[in-house]
Amino acid sequence: SAGLAAALMLPASAVRAAVEDKIAEFTGGADAGADGITLTTPEIAENGNTVPIEVEAPGAVEIMVVASANPTPDVARVSFGPLAGAQRLSTRIRLGGTQDVIAVAKMGDGSFRRAANTVKVTIGGCGG
Amino acid sequence: GDWARLAARQALSQDRLLEFDSFGNVTLIHVTDIHGQLVPVWFREPEVNIGVGAAEGQPPHVTGADFLKLYGIAPGTPEAYALSYVDFVSLARSYGRMGGLDRVATVIKAIRADRPEALLLDGGDTWHGSYTCLRSDAQDMVNAMNLLKPDAMTSHWEFTLGLDRVNEIVEGLDFAFLGANIFDAEWDEPAYEPYRIFERGGAKIAVIGQAFPYLPIANPNWMFPGLSFGVREERMAEMVREVRGKGADLVVVLSHNGFDVDRKMAGSVPGIDVILTGHTHDALPEPVMVGQTLLIASGSNGKFVTRLDLDVREGRMMGFRHKLIPVFSDAIAPDPEMAALIERERAPYRDEMAEVLGTTDGLLYRRGNFNGTWDDLICNALIEEREADIALSPGFRWGPSLLPGEPITREDLYNATAMTYPNAYRSEMTGEMLHTILEDVADNLFNPDPYYQQGGDMVRVGGMGYRIDVTRPQGSRITGMTLLKTGEPIDPARSYVVSGWASVNEGTEGPPIWQVVEDYVKRQGTVRVDPNKSVVVSGA
Amino acid sequence: MAEGVKARVKAPRTVAAGETVVIKTLISHQMESGQRKDSDGSLIPRSIINRFAVAYNGQNVIDVALAPAISTNPYFEFEAVIPEAGDMVFTWYDDDGSVYEEVKSIAIG
Ligand SMILES: [Mn+2]
Ligand SMILES: [Mn+2]
Repeated sequence: SAGLAAALMLPASAVRAAVEDKIAEFTGGADAGADGITLTTPEIAENGNTVPIEVEAPGAVEIMVVASANPTPDVARVSFGPLAGAQRLSTRIRLGGTQDVIAVAKMGDGSFRRAANTVKVTIGGCGG
Repeated sequence: GDWARLAARQALSQDRLLEFDSFGNVTLIHVTDIHGQLVPVWFREPEVNIGVGAAEGQPPHVTGADFLKLYGIAPGTPEAYALSYVDFVSLARSYGRMGGLDRVATVIKAIRADRPEALLLDGGDTWHGSYTCLRSDAQDMVNAMNLLKPDAMTSHWEFTLGLDRVNEIVEGLDFAFLGANIFDAEWDEPAYEPYRIFERGGAKIAVIGQAFPYLPIANPNWMFPGLSFGVREERMAEMVREVRGKGADLVVVLSHNGFDVDRKMAGSVPGIDVILTGHTHDALPEPVMVGQTLLIASGSNGKFVTRLDLDVREGRMMGFRHKLIPVFSDAIAPDPEMAALIERERAPYRDEMAEVLGTTDGLLYRRGNFNGTWDDLICNALIEEREADIALSPGFRWGPSLLPGEPITREDLYNATAMTYPNAYRSEMTGEMLHTILEDVADNLFNPDPYYQQGGDMVRVGGMGYRIDVTRPQGSRITGMTLLKTGEPIDPARSYVVSGWASVNEGTEGPPIWQVVEDYVKRQGTVRVDPNKSVVVSGA
Repeated sequence: MAEGVKARVKAPRTVAAGETVVIKTLISHQMESGQRKDSDGSLIPRSIINRFAVAYNGQNVIDVALAPAISTNPYFEFEAVIPEAGDMVFTWYDDDGSVYEEVKSIAIG
């Protein structure tokens, strides 16, 4: 809704820096590959307050999810134990406006994988 | 005159319209976006239908003379009248109204006589859009479609009847109500049957339903709580794998995605043979091929029926023959059974529907990306009756046309306005908010990635002009917003009185839009809509 | 303890030994983000579930750290391997110190 979008008027550069800091803290500054991680999000959020997301990275020990333009970027961090049947998690998140959702996976061999999707948060209201 | 009219009609005959050399072993019949139209209508196809990104300049984003040239259609012919806006008024007077479910029934019965095992598939937006449909809670359309006996349908506006009513109807249907992309939002589990497999002509045919992906955004989500939709490309791929695993020889997607979304899906989900497109109301005389996938566009409002014959052997589509059959209501005889049903459904409302509210001086139509005269009339009514600076009317693609000089009946008015959240609000909005709304809606139409498009046309604006560059990103497409009554630029900080209708917010207050427009038309007597030059488009 | 917190879990009752199963969980919780203001304009203090952990017969399946960006009524779907019959223990940790626990027994058959 329009109200949600208005809550987003933080300086873009400050937000971007906070997101990259958050990711660097997780990766220790290591580069992240783009293969071997799948992030599934709706193209357009039906409701910015509850956006379904799913992330899967076979062989990951831990996955971090951040929202690139929320007031604070943190969303969730999941670690997978020995009885995880897959390195996959689905949940629902809040997005204050159109932005990228970013997932970074730490793999068993210490390398990192990264995926990002744009989720649009819209006013809506027309149809064919 | 009468002579020209007669000559024109001699070129049309039922036999010629239905002529088809049977081909292969499977026949699909497709109708879509009927929008409650039981009786014949005028329907002018769009003049402005801009494609962006990969769709730029591709069908269905080709209109008018370019369209006629692309498909080799001579101007002035019945096909030119049915498929383009060129010379619409004079050709309408020659060739008459189109559609009518009794004529559609005749076409379908003729195809079934030729190919008894033909599958009839309805793309949705069926239980919505007319006076009788609104007053009967869509029972008129349900009864009519039950008589046509489709094999499956999918949905969009159906859900604006409210979830309880939809489920009540669905429980009583003797055909499939399909939606692979409709999920229960709480546990993320499928809420409706995703597909059905039919054995026809010695082949196994899987029909996968895809409802309109953006229902909870484009329409009021409080009317169907707990449901989630979305494009869900991965789910579609999974369904295709599943039906192939069950031995489907042919995979058909009965879709309400909108044409450009289907074009992208055809390119990214392997294994779909045919997509029967809907929602964007495009009518194309030939299939569009994406790789090995056929995309079929069958128009709207009962104007067309598609017949698609396929040769399906050993799990493969080996060839096809296609015809988009235009339903000329004066040339095709009404089916007596359906005509009687339509008569019964309309009888209780006949007098109130027939009341003449006024006369239109010019052509009234809606379809087009930016404005149509029907919405200009609605915006004028909102500004006058609700004493507003600015009016907003949603970019719906439904709503048939009226010819110059014709009376406007209450039925005609409802054909352009009938829906379940009609309240005409009056509120204050800042210039900044108006800009945000226009940018938001424009991106729903002109985002270069079709999966971010919702398939409506641009919100119609009265009392305010603007410029739009469709190639720019969201936030910088709309410039030069001007308050027309003063000629002054819209001030982002100032508040303006805005009236509009079809808000998706629950509890929106105001008289129903048809009451606002009826009052206006009655006071005007004859309505005139000046040509709308207040939107300047670039980049297309 | 936050009022009216209710946890729900969808898990199979019987599986084959070594099978991988899908588990879904929901817990009713406001997930007050700490960024909303009340009618007086003062900030409503943060109050969320901050951790969700799942173990099967004492062995970890997943362990999730939640930020305020997780929606009201947190939902999780994940997969677990079931080596033998036993109990799956689901634990949610609230900012206010409350701990909510749910147990599902799974049989081999
Ligand atoms: Mn439609
Ligand atoms: Mn539609």
